[in-house]
Amino acid sequence: MTDKEWPLYEVFIRSRAGLSHRHAGSVHAPDDQMALDHARDTYTRRTEGVSIWVVRSDRIVASDPAENAAFFEPAKDKIYRHPTFYEIPDGVENL
Amino acid sequence: MSRDEAVIAYVLRLADNALILAQRMIELVTAKPELEEELANANFALDFIGQARMLYSYAAELEGAGRSEDDFAFMRDGNEFRNLLLIEQPNGHFGDSIVRQYLFEAFYVHQLDALTRCKDQRIAEIAARAIKEVRYHLRHISHWLIRLGDGTDESHQRVQASLDELWRFTGEMFVSDEVDVAIRDNLAGPDLEAIAALWKRDVEDVIAEATLQLPEDQWMARGGKQGQHSEHFGFLIAEMQFLQRSYAGASW
Amino acid sequence: MYTQGLDQAGKDQEAGAETPEHLEAFQKRIDAEEKIEAKDWMPEAYRRTLVRQISQHAHSEIIGMQPEGNWLTRAPSLKRKVILLAKVQDEAGHGLYLYSAAETLGVSRGQMVADLLSGKAKYSSIFNYPTLTWADIGAIGWLVDGAAIMNQIPLCRCSYGPYARAMVRVCKEESFHQRQGFDIMVSLCRGTAEQKAMAQDALNRWWWPSLMMFGPNDANSKHSAQSMAWKIKRFSNDELRQKFVDATVPQADFLGITMPDDALVFDKDSGHYSFGEIDWQEFMDVVAGNGPCNRQRLEKRNKAHNDGAWVREAAQAYAEKQAACAAA
Repeated sequence: MTDKEWPLYEVFIRSRAGLSHRHAGSVHAPDDQMALDHARDTYTRRTEGVSIWVVRSDRIVASDPAENAAFFEPAKDKIYRHPTFYEIPDGVENL
Repeated sequence: MSRDEAVIAYVLRLADNALILAQRMIELVTAKPELEEELANANFALDFIGQARMLYSYAAELEGAGRSEDDFAFMRDGNEFRNLLLIEQPNGHFGDSIVRQYLFEAFYVHQLDALTRCKDQRIAEIAARAIKEVRYHLRHISHWLIRLGDGTDESHQRVQASLDELWRFTGEMFVSDEVDVAIRDNLAGPDLEAIAALWKRDVEDVIAEATLQLPEDQWMARGGKQGQHSEHFGFLIAEMQFLQRSYAGASW
Repeated sequence: MYTQGLDQAGKDQEAGAETPEHLEAFQKRIDAEEKIEAKDWMPEAYRRTLVRQISQHAHSEIIGMQPEGNWLTRAPSLKRKVILLAKVQDEAGHGLYLYSAAETLGVSRGQMVADLLSGKAKYSSIFNYPTLTWADIGAIGWLVDGAAIMNQIPLCRCSYGPYARAMVRVCKEESFHQRQGFDIMVSLCRGTAEQKAMAQDALNRWWWPSLMMFGPNDANSKHSAQSMAWKIKRFSNDELRQKFVDATVPQADFLGITMPDDALVFDKDSGHYSFGEIDWQEFMDVVAGNGPCNRQRLEKRNKAHNDGAWVREAAQAYAEKQAACAAA
């Protein structure tokens, strides 16, 4: 008898309407439908959610930390994208 | 039997079904085939005990004799319990317990649905709460029934045997007695004949999807609703009631 | 994020890449209280330490379901039954979260479970003691969960992100576990003489094993120093043990029951309780497999796993058939 492990799924929960789904954890399940059941039974026992997404972990495409510098540092010097960059003259309102 | 007596008897039947099934399910804690199923099994048992508690509390109020939910659960003898024989059947293997729960809940969901429209407001409220839980149970349990039926040759044979073995306990659900009739006539409660047809339709669909065979019409066991239980039921009750019985009057 | 998909090592982590520069840069991140995430570069020993610790923690949750599960069918009221069931279920959930956290380090749950079932992996020895009366359920919640909380709260700040996040969830959920145990003890101690005797007996049997849960004395703890440097561990075994004793003795006084330790006294100068010598031989015996329930616990786990094989296989076979249908 082969005892293969059920695949791993990542679970994302929307805690209430108006908020984004957020990663909650993972479950093992034989297929998508059961993954949703398992996610419900594992991660929403204390009214944590109003919506669940599950996705097979091996379907997630992720950036590589080795490329972090190339990926994320170029954004750091674009300070003019942030409102705090701008000085507002005294007496000007609603800006 | 007065009208109130019939309501109390009916509420206790509902409560006993929920409690005894939960008691069987918690025997399975730490014995499930996968960790995720431990979570599901416990969720379902918690739902059932919650239902039993609401129902026992209501029965206690109606009775007005100062009994509590725990008096009903722990201080009645086996022959005072009115749960279906199907509910109390021993757990067997995973397929047996799935089939037991499925056959019952496929009935229970229609029973509760009818009760949400009954004239007793408390029963209707409890049913409205419970039916949400039971709909989810049915979703999960039928997922399993289909996977076991249409899984491997071994699982197919095992779960077909479970179905054949437990089928004889399904007839009792649909046999009306004076309590069922009183609830139907006085409170616009469930019509068991109508539910039998709905149950059969649902069960046939799931069994077909599971590539299983519907068992043939056969002799049906009965007695649970009248307090005549199986031999193993005595052990279930003895274990459940041990502390309350051994230390009379103690509070825990 | 807990995912196997993210557990491949980063590109520059090849065999032999553990240069002093790498190790120094890693330690700098730790010292700066940066969290380490699954795909980040990490020393092999850090990874191994975490796999060992997190999987042992997960196994403890799973085996820990058994002693309490032992009283589920006999819980003395419906209220106690639902509370205990919810608690035992939480333990299954916590095992699951922790296995997931360990899986991010590149080890499968199947492998960890196999190590548990074969007896190769360890779990907390406390769960090799039997639950003989209902009072043991109170004592476990009060003492064992109390000791566990002392251990677990600092782990919420552990340097490894997935473990820290799992522990945040665990601690949040466990906050009721100790209270429900103490609540059982309160009911027993305010109950009949028989009930109070039951509570005292449970305290007698669970007190010393609870103190052992913090592990060997600091002088004899072989993994401690490195784990502290890596911020996997934040306090030493003896510090946490002392904290637990200080917190728990007044609670026993409140209950009106007595710790089974003649040497236990409050030391005014230090502000701490000093307590007797732990029987380390017993500790070593139980760790080595010779506690009252070691065999029984593993046998039960093995039976559940073996009995479930055809079920797991059926679900897998069904999924494969469905996938084949969808592809056709």
